[in-house]
Amino acid sequence: MRIELSVNGEPCEADVWEGESLLYALRERLGLPGSKNACEQGECGSCSVLLDGKLVCACLVLAAQAEGHEIVTVEGLAEDGRLHKVQEAFVAAGAVQCGFCTPGLVVATADLLARNVYPSDDDIREALSGNLCRCTGYAKIFDAVRMAAASL
Amino acid sequence: MTIIERQPLAHVGRSVPRRDAHEKLRGAAQFVGDFVVPRMVHGKVLRSPFAHARVVAVDASEAEALPGVVCVLTGDDLTDLDPYWGHAIKDRPIVALDHVRFAGEPVAAVAAEDEATAAAALNAIRVEYEELPVAGTIEQALADDAPILHEGPLRPGLFHGLGELPPREGNVCYRYRIDRGELESVFARADLIVEGEYSFPAVYQYAMETHTVVAQVEGEEITVWSTCQHPFLVRAELADLFAVPLASVRVVVPYLGGGFGSKSYTKMEPLTAALARKAGRPVRIQNRVDESMVTTRRHGMRCRMRTAMTNEGNLVARDVDCWFDTGAYADNGPRVTATGGDAAPGPYRWHAYRVDARCVYTNTGPAGSYRAFGAAHLQWIGESQIDELARRAGLDPLAVRRDNLCLPGEELRNGAKSLDADLIGDVEQAAAAVGWSEPKRANVGRGVSVGLLAAGAHPVSTAIVRLEADGQVVVLVGTTEVGQGPRTVFAQIAAEELGVDVEQVTVRGTDTRFTPYDRSTGASRSTTIAGLAVQRAARQVRDQLEEIAAGDPLEPTAYPELLRRHFGFTGGELIGSGEVAPTGTGSYAEGPVFWEVCVGAAEVEVDPETGVVRVRRTATVADVGRAINPQLVQRQDEGATLQGLGNALFEEMVFEDGQLLNDTLLDYRVPSFADLPNEMTCVIVENEDGPGPYGAKGCGEGALAAIPAAVVNALADVGVPMQELPLTPERVWRRIQTLKEEGKWPR
Ligand code: FES
Ligand code: FES
Repeated sequence: MRIELSVNGEPCEADVWEGESLLYALRERLGLPGSKNACEQGECGSCSVLLDGKLVCACLVLAAQAEGHEIVTVEGLAEDGRLHKVQEAFVAAGAVQCGFCTPGLVVATADLLARNVYPSDDDIREALSGNLCRCTGYAKIFDAVRMAAASL
Repeated sequence: MTIIERQPLAHVGRSVPRRDAHEKLRGAAQFVGDFVVPRMVHGKVLRSPFAHARVVAVDASEAEALPGVVCVLTGDDLTDLDPYWGHAIKDRPIVALDHVRFAGEPVAAVAAEDEATAAAALNAIRVEYEELPVAGTIEQALADDAPILHEGPLRPGLFHGLGELPPREGNVCYRYRIDRGELESVFARADLIVEGEYSFPAVYQYAMETHTVVAQVEGEEITVWSTCQHPFLVRAELADLFAVPLASVRVVVPYLGGGFGSKSYTKMEPLTAALARKAGRPVRIQNRVDESMVTTRRHGMRCRMRTAMTNEGNLVARDVDCWFDTGAYADNGPRVTATGGDAAPGPYRWHAYRVDARCVYTNTGPAGSYRAFGAAHLQWIGESQIDELARRAGLDPLAVRRDNLCLPGEELRNGAKSLDADLIGDVEQAAAAVGWSEPKRANVGRGVSVGLLAAGAHPVSTAIVRLEADGQVVVLVGTTEVGQGPRTVFAQIAAEELGVDVEQVTVRGTDTRFTPYDRSTGASRSTTIAGLAVQRAARQVRDQLEEIAAGDPLEPTAYPELLRRHFGFTGGELIGSGEVAPTGTGSYAEGPVFWEVCVGAAEVEVDPETGVVRVRRTATVADVGRAINPQLVQRQDEGATLQGLGNALFEEMVFEDGQLLNDTLLDYRVPSFADLPNEMTCVIVENEDGPGPYGAKGCGEGALAAIPAAVVNALADVGVPMQELPLTPERVWRRIQTLKEEGKWPR
């Protein structure tokens, strides 16, 4: 079946099969591999994207459900080649290692800060608890989120 | 304390931002699963549902007839090859031939135009099995009537690196022994002896990115894009398996989404290449998490240990028996077993010690490398016995370590490199960081731990540095960027040697067609060994520049002009090569390349009503000789600390009759934001005592051995000694109930 949707502000179309996830469609059909396929069970957050401004795990959303909706992926965060404040904070805090969890974390953080400009540590923990990272030990991701909040 | 006069360096020692941060943050960094190779099809693997069975028949005809299916690979397709691989022991067929030895073992593989078709085709393959008795645990595998997993003599693999392999005894595929001093008489004379039985669970490395391979086979030319840490060893194993020259195999490794040992050596490459060979088209196989969990894991282990001390606090003897569960195929089990054996005595001055470590086949998924293997298995046991002895003697555990730890330059093991670190200084710093001498509330305890890990693996690395006509520098080196940051560190080293800015240096991924040989990325070796090769290569370029400059000042801005002078036109490049090999005399000739320091401390609080252990403070010591990039060093310790907490507190693969029961992230929990300790300190120690560039030596694994041990000791300090990991609330609660019955709780 053919779906039409907007991805990172661009209208696009894709031919998908019924059971296909939005993640698969983004990665395999729309040439946007930034969102990562790690667990594909909604457990790690590395596939996080915004669907009509709401944070979702793209591996749990069917591509067909995205028909007519607006999707923002990690590739759509930077504007005019300039990194988003959240991305800048991740660089400054040294919160990136292998980078596999990073796209999802950046999207989830951008979502948190769009809803809550002054997040407490508990807010941060709560908002990012669905995002796993096996490399960093989380401390610097915390720092990055605090820095991003301060810079917004 | 050592006082060191440092020569000022421009780039080394600075926390320059990661070179790959922007790419990764924008989602632009390429991982293997992001590659699209023209004409590529999708591969899926049919895995055995049984832990041990005879494969009577495989019928793929129905699956092959499905529209969209390109081919189905079975054992019958491998008759033109010797299909067995395994870098330590060649015990593993590309797909099951007549036997399956673990639940999840590949029995067939499908290549199809899309993933859905491939998945449907798996269901259409008919396999007839005849179930066999299962040896699902070490005990079952060692029983007199145990089913024997592998008959016949063991065939050594290409890289076991362990001298002559001892013959297989039943299901024991490797044995490592050390025997020093008059053990029994020292024990007989000792005042205090602690002994016990311990168990360490199988755990999963859980790199976020699962094993993923794209393979293409055209005649003799084999190309794989793979999530592998050791591209050159994979190349050699593929060349051996498919009987082609090394140069015909091309292994390309882009960014890896974590490794931690799970992507060391060969994993899914032979199967993907065999499938691509039959398909005649490039094939991608990407594991699901449950598939990766049976592709590799950390060895579960059982151990019996006793340690003896005098009333005055002199440690005198240790006796260790341990059994590592390597699963159905050896993978890196022999090396893990030997490293565990070396770690078992700990860095103390013994009068006598004995270690007998065995590597045991069981009907479970193969176990291989995971960060700090061997040391993570044994350090918590040995260190908890030392604390128990200290308690019995009424001594401060820190003081016992101060009095018994080996000193720099002292011999640790017969014929091995002497101690190259200040362990007493290290452990004192770790203890101080968790408030060792501060008063403690009820149910709060503190522990320290000290250990060493034989690091560096085989010290062979080469590197090429190219100075381009525009003054830019390209470093070619086969180290894999797994997240630890070698591309940044190598750029710093090259920039330092050539006087250019770090931004002028490019370091990309490995393509064995162009990148020179590097033995492996693991054993904390890259900065120390490959980094030295990069330094040597850069120096060679500098020597050439000096020659061309003939006395003129050597300003980086003048490099393009010097190249023009040399080549007589705008073009050409200077090429330097560097090599590290264990030849001649000096630090690379004796093993290990260096002793990685595993020192840490922890403060925990236990809730006796629930058994929940909360880690309040941790400290690790990165004794790195010289921190080329302090931020990257700290990140290594922080990541390893959280993994150590996972290993200590809740991570455990649960098997029943060889079947893995918790094969999803729902059931197998890894640390999340909620598990971050209140305080996490990483102390960097720079005594410039490493054999690497600028006195550096490796780090990144030690914390994963040190932290579980420190947590166990901190919990024992509260009054709850544990002999089984992980320290789940249930286990800790039960232990407290037993202690209550024995009148030992509260203490
Ligand atoms: S890949 Fe979607 S949550 Fe893990
Ligand atoms: S940086 Fe590797 S998983 Fe987070």
